[in-house]
Amino acid sequence: MDDLLREFLTETNESLDVVDVELVKFEQEPNNATILNNIFRLVHTIKGTCGFLGLPRLEAIAHAAETLMGKFRDGVPVTHEAVTLVLASIDRIKDILADLEAANGTEPEGTDRDLIDELERLSISADNDDMSAEMATAMAEEKAAEEEVGTDIYQVLERPLRPGEVSLDDLERAFQEAEVEIELPAVEEETEEDSEAAGAAVAEAKASQKKVVRPMNPGSKGTAPSQGVSNQSIRVNVETLEHLMTMVSELVLTRNQLLEIVRRHEDSEFKVPLQRLSNVTGELQEGVMKTRMQPIGNAWQKLPRIVRDLSQELDKPIGLEMIGAETELDRQVLELIKDPLTHMIRNSADHGLEEPAERVAAGKPEKGNITLSAYHEGGHIIIEVKDDGRGLNLEKIKEKALKNGVATEAELEKMADQQIYKFIFAAGFSTATNVTSVSGRGVGMDVVRNNVELIGGSIDLRSTQGRGSSFIIKIPLTLAIVSTLIVEAGGNRYAIPQLSVVELVRVQSNSDHRIERLKDRPVLRLRSKLLPLVHMSELLGQTDEADLDEDNGFIVVMQVGSQSFGVVVDGVFHTEEIVVKPMSSMLRNINMFSGNTILGDGSVIMIIDPNGVASAMASYASGTLNDTVEDERDNEDTHVADADAPISLLLFRAGSEEPKAVPLSLVTRLEEFDVNKIERSNGRDLVQYRGSLMPLVYVNEGDHHKSEGTQPMLVFSDNGRSMGLVVDQIVDIVEDRMNIEVVSERQGVLGSAIIRERATEVIDLGYYLPLAYDDWFMRKEINATTKVRKLLFIDDSAFFRNMLTPVLKAAGYDVTVCSSAQSGYGLMEKGTEFSAIVTDIEMPEISGYEFCESLRRDTRFHHMPIIALSAVVTPASIEKGRQAGFDDYVAKFDRPGLLAALKDVLTNEFGVAA
Amino acid sequence: MTAHRITSVDSDDNRQGSADHIQYVTVVIGNQLFGLPISQVHDVFVPEKVTQVPLAPPEVAGVLNLRGRIVTAINMRRKLHLKPNDVDQGMMAVGIEYKGESYGLVIDAVGEVLNLPRKEMEANPSNLDFRWAEISGGVHRLEGQLMVVLDVDRLLSSLIEPKAA
Repeated sequence: MDDLLREFLTETNESLDVVDVELVKFEQEPNNATILNNIFRLVHTIKGTCGFLGLPRLEAIAHAAETLMGKFRDGVPVTHEAVTLVLASIDRIKDILADLEAANGTEPEGTDRDLIDELERLSISADNDDMSAEMATAMAEEKAAEEEVGTDIYQVLERPLRPGEVSLDDLERAFQEAEVEIELPAVEEETEEDSEAAGAAVAEAKASQKKVVRPMNPGSKGTAPSQGVSNQSIRVNVETLEHLMTMVSELVLTRNQLLEIVRRHEDSEFKVPLQRLSNVTGELQEGVMKTRMQPIGNAWQKLPRIVRDLSQELDKPIGLEMIGAETELDRQVLELIKDPLTHMIRNSADHGLEEPAERVAAGKPEKGNITLSAYHEGGHIIIEVKDDGRGLNLEKIKEKALKNGVATEAELEKMADQQIYKFIFAAGFSTATNVTSVSGRGVGMDVVRNNVELIGGSIDLRSTQGRGSSFIIKIPLTLAIVSTLIVEAGGNRYAIPQLSVVELVRVQSNSDHRIERLKDRPVLRLRSKLLPLVHMSELLGQTDEADLDEDNGFIVVMQVGSQSFGVVVDGVFHTEEIVVKPMSSMLRNINMFSGNTILGDGSVIMIIDPNGVASAMASYASGTLNDTVEDERDNEDTHVADADAPISLLLFRAGSEEPKAVPLSLVTRLEEFDVNKIERSNGRDLVQYRGSLMPLVYVNEGDHHKSEGTQPMLVFSDNGRSMGLVVDQIVDIVEDRMNIEVVSERQGVLGSAIIRERATEVIDLGYYLPLAYDDWFMRKEINATTKVRKLLFIDDSAFFRNMLTPVLKAAGYDVTVCSSAQSGYGLMEKGTEFSAIVTDIEMPEISGYEFCESLRRDTRFHHMPIIALSAVVTPASIEKGRQAGFDDYVAKFDRPGLLAALKDVLTNEFGVAA
Repeated sequence: MTAHRITSVDSDDNRQGSADHIQYVTVVIGNQLFGLPISQVHDVFVPEKVTQVPLAPPEVAGVLNLRGRIVTAINMRRKLHLKPNDVDQGMMAVGIEYKGESYGLVIDAVGEVLNLPRKEMEANPSNLDFRWAEISGGVHRLEGQLMVVLDVDRLLSSLIEPKAA
């Protein structure tokens, strides 16, 4: 491709971006002649250059678009239709340009007749309108003139005309009369074309233009500065800059080394010159960094257009305000945030802003506003996307979090709203009820978060119901140089990026800042919070936890996303600006490090990746009770709750001296009620709990609550209903395997297990729940499985999963639990073999029916016994189940029936196999 | 840090028949002589200030700074499943470029440069330890001893690829 063409492509693409922005602006202020002229000029330039370079297709489109815009300038009213069409033409031009670039300078085949016809049609109809409404036009012109005068006054008032200068009015008139556009001096070929018509007026106009164009600029908002700068800038290949940057980085490293050497020799004659070298290097580094800096506005250029299109598509008026477009940041970073930003704007427009009617009803202006702002803050750039829409829907997020199993109801109860909002950054999490063409597919905010975190940034959000929400992105100015804290652990030094370091705490065994342990896991009381700790050496697999020196050392308090934790190190040295070098490909799989670098003393140091540490912390946590969001995502396939893993059990006494146990995950909360609060109604005990009545249930029929003082109880909740199980005393919470060794015949007891070396009755919650509400199981589905053989048990409700697993285990089955048909299918695909499947019917995404049908179609699972569980058992549903291929269809509350059915199908299966 | 450019070691006599001869830099690892094709050897240096990399594969001795480049040092004794070096014995490293990255093979000592006829190289004996066979390109029978030809590409890719998967 020749240079001329390349130049043309770059320049035209830039011009087109400007045209995009200007057109949208113009649509809003159709009477602003400055904007129109600007657009006109740009399109004209493109047209002219295309003609010159022999690109007929581009020229034809540009010409037709120009003609239509010429009508606007003649006073024809601006319509949405027309603007849309012009925008479409711009898009077409862009497409052709892209092809042009790919095809090395040959225009692609094809015709644009459709577009051109349409443009011409509009031009002609505009003409007709013109003719028929001469009067109106005249008036419009008058109005326009008034308007112009209005703007002129504003401009002229800035300073009086100097002798020899022409007033803007005159200038404007000269342009009009000359029927000639203001031309970029660069586009000379046009002059020929127009010269005949122009005549002397051109000369006059040009002469005056030279003087006056500048003073005119201040009035012409935004576009002018770029014009001014263009003469003083040159285009430099990005590679050249990258290379320069690398060289400077090397220079900085070498300088650091030299400084280190000189530091060791007290009075070296090198000291002074080296100091100068150091300063110059610093400045050079800064200078080169600057060349990589670009105003963030470059990443925003396409947004007004996107918002305009969205506004039409969604049929709601949307305004976009952009503040701080001149804020500069590294171009590498800029590239990386473009897409996330676009996505967030789309999100705000689609979900954030309400429908116009809704807005009006809420007392807000019909037009929704999205504000995009950027500013510097201590080495970072903060970008905020704010809308004045409805805000995030807390309830919906909670609902979704429960449904996706990323949190339990109990956890949600404890969380602050802020924390709950953050769930929207989890994968597959979209609360939009409707999937629109714009967004709502559930791949969104997590991608945004990943992209932002990838470049060492963080994302936060604030939201007020009914008032709007705002997303705040914090990103480093540059990726090439990172400020780090140098620490030591296990005899090695490591660099931790400052961005994620919140504070340093010195460990002292005799003060508040001492390390305490919870189940062997170190924690620190830090002000009002309990901070989980991990020793750096342990993270890096170098020592055992046991060797930790508790009396000395420092805790580096880090924050990654919403996660806070402390990393214990042996020593802290200083902070150092380092140039990140990528890890060797042999070591790149270690996710604890993000790179390495050479320090001032010439040694290599590893750079800790805060995200790697955070996910390591998360995986520690998942070893205990509940999966974290992160984990949920990582272990999509191992979604299986290992029934043999230790689980948390709540030990209590009720009715008798023997300890009883119930899985802690089932208990919503522990409460104590004043016995006076217990009321009796309709033959049963109730308490008022959270605004509704909660029935109380006793472990043994005929038990009574205490007669005075407070009564402890375990509260079980599901779907807004609660039941209180009255107990005598809550003993402890332990973590142990729940191997039921003696199966109980007694109702309400699953059996006995050894817990804490004592025989303990494991309570069958399934027996007690219906005592509180007969229809408990009607509302949700249960799952069960049986005998020594492996069962796959699928239910989307964590509550019932937790509850039925012990029941099935007690019946002697080896149970594998999945929360969705997909994950169950995934396990089977991987070759995990099951003797039978028990599946819930009503599940989101893939229902039990669909799941069964697809299994039956697969020859491998053709004979697999599959049992359906459902709250609804009608002849029709049973028939439907049979058609889907279920071997049996069991009601959820019919647990004996389920066990019998399992036994049945498994015996049958044996028969078939034999 | 001491380093010699190997290219300057070449003697004129050895320049001849490059088509049927290959020049090898010989190195000693645990009393065994190995040969590295000279075209792949960048330099020879004494590894100093090696930074350990936790969680790295056991063969990786660490990373070090060689004239402003970060070099990954590979402990050849460990790679070949030999006993670790005696502490005080000197160490040398052979610098190698592989796919745009720098590696240093840590060995016991560097020998000389040999010009050996291509056709004299024999295939690995079938009873060669499979961990050696994996990275050996063949064997040369020299006077008094055998020289195992190290296949640098196989050696490094065996260390990189299993992780990439």
